[in-house]
Amino acid sequence: MNFHLRDSLRNPRSFWLLLFASTWLLSSYSFPLYKALDARWIIKFPSAWQWQLDERISTFMAWLVEDAGFGLFTFRQLTRFLSALIEAPYNTMRAFLADGFHSGLGQQAVEIFPSMSWIAVTFLLVLLAVKAGGWRLAALVGGCFLYLVVFGQWQSAMVTLASIAIAVPFGVLSGLMLGILAYRSERFERLLRPLLDLMQTVPIFAYLVPILFLFGFGPVSALVATIIYAMPPMVRVVLVALQSVPEPLHEAGRMAGCTSRQMMWKVLLPSALPTLMVGVNQVIMLSLNMVIIASIIGAGGLGYDVLAALRRLDIGGGIEAGLAIVVIAIALDRLSQAFSLNVHSQARGSSVTQMTPLMYAVIALALTIFLALIGKVFPAIQSYPEAMVLTTGSFWDQAIKWININFFEVFEAIKTALLTYLLLPIKRFFVGIPWAWGIIALGLIGWRVGGWRLGFLCATLAGFVAANGLWRDAMITVYLCGVSVLIAAAIGMPLGVWAGQSERADRVLSTLVDTLQTLPSFVYLIPVVMLFRVGEFSAMVAIVLYAMAPALRYAAHGIREISPQVIEAGKVSGCTRWQLLWRIKLPLAVPSLLLGLNQTIMLALSMLVITALVGTRDLGQEVYIALTKANTGQGIVAGLAVAFIAIIADRILSALAKSSRARLGLAI
Amino acid sequence: MDQPVLLDCKGLWKIYGANAGTFLQSRDSSPDTSALERANLTGAVRDANLQILKGEIFVIMGLSGSGKSTLVRCLSRLIEATAGSIHFEGQDLLAMSERELIDVRRKKMGMVFQQFALLPHLTVLQNVAFPLDVQGVHRSEREARAHEMIELVGLNGRETAYPRELSGGQQQRVGIARSLVGDPHLWFLDEPFSALDPLIRREMQNEFLRLQNKLHKTILFITHDFEEAIRLADRIAVMKDGEIVQIATPEQLVSNPATDYVEEFTRHIPRTKVIQLETIMKAGCPAGAYAGDLSYSMKVADVVSEVGKTSRAFRVLDDDGVPVGTINREKVVSVMLGQELVE
Repeated sequence: MNFHLRDSLRNPRSFWLLLFASTWLLSSYSFPLYKALDARWIIKFPSAWQWQLDERISTFMAWLVEDAGFGLFTFRQLTRFLSALIEAPYNTMRAFLADGFHSGLGQQAVEIFPSMSWIAVTFLLVLLAVKAGGWRLAALVGGCFLYLVVFGQWQSAMVTLASIAIAVPFGVLSGLMLGILAYRSERFERLLRPLLDLMQTVPIFAYLVPILFLFGFGPVSALVATIIYAMPPMVRVVLVALQSVPEPLHEAGRMAGCTSRQMMWKVLLPSALPTLMVGVNQVIMLSLNMVIIASIIGAGGLGYDVLAALRRLDIGGGIEAGLAIVVIAIALDRLSQAFSLNVHSQARGSSVTQMTPLMYAVIALALTIFLALIGKVFPAIQSYPEAMVLTTGSFWDQAIKWININFFEVFEAIKTALLTYLLLPIKRFFVGIPWAWGIIALGLIGWRVGGWRLGFLCATLAGFVAANGLWRDAMITVYLCGVSVLIAAAIGMPLGVWAGQSERADRVLSTLVDTLQTLPSFVYLIPVVMLFRVGEFSAMVAIVLYAMAPALRYAAHGIREISPQVIEAGKVSGCTRWQLLWRIKLPLAVPSLLLGLNQTIMLALSMLVITALVGTRDLGQEVYIALTKANTGQGIVAGLAVAFIAIIADRILSALAKSSRARLGLAI
Repeated sequence: MDQPVLLDCKGLWKIYGANAGTFLQSRDSSPDTSALERANLTGAVRDANLQILKGEIFVIMGLSGSGKSTLVRCLSRLIEATAGSIHFEGQDLLAMSERELIDVRRKKMGMVFQQFALLPHLTVLQNVAFPLDVQGVHRSEREARAHEMIELVGLNGRETAYPRELSGGQQQRVGIARSLVGDPHLWFLDEPFSALDPLIRREMQNEFLRLQNKLHKTILFITHDFEEAIRLADRIAVMKDGEIVQIATPEQLVSNPATDYVEEFTRHIPRTKVIQLETIMKAGCPAGAYAGDLSYSMKVADVVSEVGKTSRAFRVLDDDGVPVGTINREKVVSVMLGQELVE
């Protein structure tokens, strides 16, 4: 018996079959089993064994804020200092863009100097766009900012822009420094890497909680959270960019007699600049994404408008503010991409493109002062006249109402069918799995795909979740994420395969996906809630929309990178189109498909937490509740649990992708 | 040239660029390079005419960018030609539907690729059996056939290996076995040995000749290596800038190059390695005592050591073993010396 079992564990097909069958059985009969044996521990982790980690963290945080000191100064003084460091430039920037400079407080405030006029801001950005990418880009950027003006989003948009303008330099510089340090010291890199992993997988809400605790409600907390969230990709990009500088360049630098500092600033960083700009683009996009979420802890601006509209179920207002965010995102994305493309190519001939930064600053200053002075006489130049503002809010309200009246039954039918035949059975399956077996099963899966080390890691992380009494929430998370990923992959992968084979499809789809990726995750919630109201189904739809892109991209990439000779070999072997796809293209694209799936899961998890706003019952909700109650321990522990789920999924899929690449004889 | 024509290609064009087809139709005479450039088009293959005879090794020789790979892909319809006609075994290849084309490829064509193009997720056996597999041939039958092919190329014992576990030469043997498994009438080899080391290349060329002696396929062989072409070909087409500059036997090519371009290639080819006994023998074979018999298709270089040993003459026989002429040491030496004088 023992021998048979071991034998069948070696055979992959019977291993997976056996594992699934036993999990299914245990899941279906865990409740009767508990009744029959009167063993409640089967379905619920014994509360006596629970770690109470959340309480300990909360106590620790309280001690940190109240009593901790470093001799010369207390911890509280440190946070106040940091807070001031961020607040001062932010206030200046905000005064510049949105509020104007005042002396005095509250009602007695007297305006000393007005904020930049909408004409000045738009003009300067257009000038930048001309320099970076020519007139087409300038038209796009100009159009985007005029949209903000005409549709009355200017004030909020400038508040958002001010946070971006502070968060991005902070994020880029600290990312650059950490990246350089990691490049120089391998030990530091080894230390940093898992930390970065964690920072990117812990859901955003989770670190909002401690930040809220340390810095209080307000824009500073929001900025700190934004910088922490937006920085890790920059560190990674810097590291990769520096490491991929070709060896001959190093040698040339050394032979020219560079010191190590000169080497870094004169040879390595300049030659890595195009890649570094990709990192800057990432920081901008992530900051924008986060600024909205951070409105929960006190960032004003567009994010707050969306959040407020969502809470009021004010459809029109939500869509308007949401679109304004999208518009800023598109403008900043294209602008920074144009800069990264331009960085190493010859500037084009026109006089605008040869403008130096100094000239630009002079123009900016002169224009601002000039318009401010004129603005005293003609108020329309200072701020766009109220009377000319268009609003589409009521149009959206009407449109959604019309859709809901006419298609309510269709949507309801789709929703009910999917809920009954897909979501609920899967939910029952996952929630039914007894915690003890779940840990064992994950350990077995990890062992099977990546050896006993991975198995141990998976079991340990799962054990952590169970030990903190979060097993049930975690399983709901896994179910919701799993269903969404399944659907996202079922839609995204075929589309990606199609895009990989047809250039026309690729053009259309990649434009679509690029646009979808530019949207901050928050924005997805608005239309979904309007059509399907709150609940798990809405959450699922939003997650699918948000997480589909990588499934599509990686599939297309995987198909496209197959050597053309192999395809030709298939053709001369007499494959039909269908055989070509199934027998050659798909098997060879498997590693890419797996990596795409991995990315889809990561995006799904990050979106999952945000969907807590529309009423889910999973770990995301746990984090969100912790946030509203400012319960640091609860927030961190639940956040870690989400991160651990992400890490388990990531490691298992990476191991699978790696072994499938090895099987295909591809470079790892 | 009394063998039947297997593949007949007339006036074949492959032009890259927008509206290439209408551009070509709108002109009566064939456009030259400058006309194409003005229209922002690239002529990868220009007015190619060639006939491949049954049983011959037809080599297309050209440097990279000469259009030889494009031409062979047009001939196998891996890419669609812009204009022209291709007849394969009397059938119009370009008029075939997708279904008919697939059938022709399955039953009548085989192809070997420069980068081997083996399927990395299949074993050697599965790779070789793949063309039969997609036809739906029963497993035991296709594997038996694949075993035969693996044996033919000398890879027995490696059936369960994966491509990545084989050396380059071995991988190409698998590629050859795969292309032969369907018993093709026309065998395409697209620079099959170019990715291999020189020593292995030599070995594979010998292997290729050995196989051809056994199988008597009709072969279209692509190479950029003139010596390889000379060594293997019955006839050679030299390509330059998308055009075929000359089609001839190796011997004709060396002794009578059509252009300076072709001559440039032939300059470093020793004549003795190309000239056949038939060309230099003294016709007629009076009765008498001879030192031995030689075949009239042998190259001069191959017989030097044998003929050089004795002052007596040798008989030269044709394919049917009928004596058609004689050759002696003086003649061979004069060819070799003449060779020196030419250079």
